[in-house]
Amino acid sequence: MPYAPKLQESASQTAGPYVHIGCMPNTVGIHGVYDHDLGHEMITGDAQGERIKLEAIVYDGSGTPLKDAMVEIWQADANGVYNSPEDGRPSDPHFTGWGRQHADHDTGVFTFETVKPGAVTYNGVTQAPHVLVWITARGINLGLATRIYFDDETEANAADPFLSRIELKVRVPSLIAKRDGNTYRHEIYLQGDNETIFFDL
Amino acid sequence: MSSGYYPRDLDLHPKAYTPGYRTTVLRSPQKALIGFDGSITEFTGPTFGHNTIGEFDNNLIVNYAKPGESAIGERIMVHGYVLDEEARPVRNTLVEFWQANAGGRYRHKKDTYLAPLDPNFGGCGRTMTRDDGYFQFFTIRPGAYPWPNGKNDWRPAHIHFSVFGTAFAQRLITQMYFEGDPNIAICPIVNTITDKSAIDRLTARLDMHNSRPHDMRAYRFDIVLRGKRSTMFENRKEGN
Ligand SMILES: [Fe+3]
Repeated sequence: MPYAPKLQESASQTAGPYVHIGCMPNTVGIHGVYDHDLGHEMITGDAQGERIKLEAIVYDGSGTPLKDAMVEIWQADANGVYNSPEDGRPSDPHFTGWGRQHADHDTGVFTFETVKPGAVTYNGVTQAPHVLVWITARGINLGLATRIYFDDETEANAADPFLSRIELKVRVPSLIAKRDGNTYRHEIYLQGDNETIFFDL
Repeated sequence: MSSGYYPRDLDLHPKAYTPGYRTTVLRSPQKALIGFDGSITEFTGPTFGHNTIGEFDNNLIVNYAKPGESAIGERIMVHGYVLDEEARPVRNTLVEFWQANAGGRYRHKKDTYLAPLDPNFGGCGRTMTRDDGYFQFFTIRPGAYPWPNGKNDWRPAHIHFSVFGTAFAQRLITQMYFEGDPNIAICPIVNTITDKSAIDRLTARLDMHNSRPHDMRAYRFDIVLRGKRSTMFENRKEGN
């Protein structure tokens, strides 16, 4: 019989409608427990690189924006380095790389104030600038992982090993945000003809 | 150097489309997940210093209470280890938790359940694991609550957990249940998990050995994150 690991991963359960109580309590009016909510600020000083705003909307199968979701992003700094001991290279000390936001109450837009990530070269492989996105909400049993690429990185996107592996090329645009000034806008569809690509994290 | 994580056994996790839990119907992707081996993006993740955590962050009994007061309910301590699939400790990782109060009511404007809010209970807490993966927090046992799904669905008493691990590949949100609760077996959210042993592993055990006499009972709950692959130390001949 093949080797089995000693333990099995704990099963996921939905984050539920009250995920913000646990992960960003100040935004739901629970003050005085934490000074500030983690992930709210990604830029903590004079970070290198271009300041950008990333705006995303997550739509359900009826075309309604999710307003009770929590979205996290994880990205490299302007030099393509992750602020993580697992990366091992020195990263920008003024940039966390990790953001966590709730949707705007009226529009459902998630806004991240960040820097544009650099291309990521690691172990001889170069990836186009991109952002990992992780979505949790009521009705989502296992956090959904996707990526955001940038529409002004045509050449880098064409050479990206992750995008190149996607067989249905017609689905690739579902991963590419559109630039408008310093803002990149992105729409995530959980279902339907334009369903976003989600990957097995 | 990062070398990746064991693939996730998706049969242990709930499927996206689980119509018994009605909200999943419009929120479940219909197309297959794209599998790929992962990259440095997924093999890294945020880390948090121990100075992130305030003195009472892991004590929900008092962290929202007025001075000298405390939350109403059965006082409990929840503890355990965050481990990976090879039973290695996941050290210095952030564990966040949130829950309803003793009556089953959340401190949230959308929760309109009849049970009263407890003025001394906020419902959030967090801690960091020690070097051996151990974590511990103090709270009151949450109440069961009704929720809009079927005509008469009740959640078993539960505590929500969010865990980071050392890489985004390990990121996990889950819930902890309490041993002996008859609502576990009939909960549509619990039953999105089809593997009974996986449900059992989300069920905390009453731990009388670590209970504090005349003060609080303990519950033991371990969390297992994906295992990290071994780095390959491969000898290659010149030119290969
Ligand atoms: Fe809940």
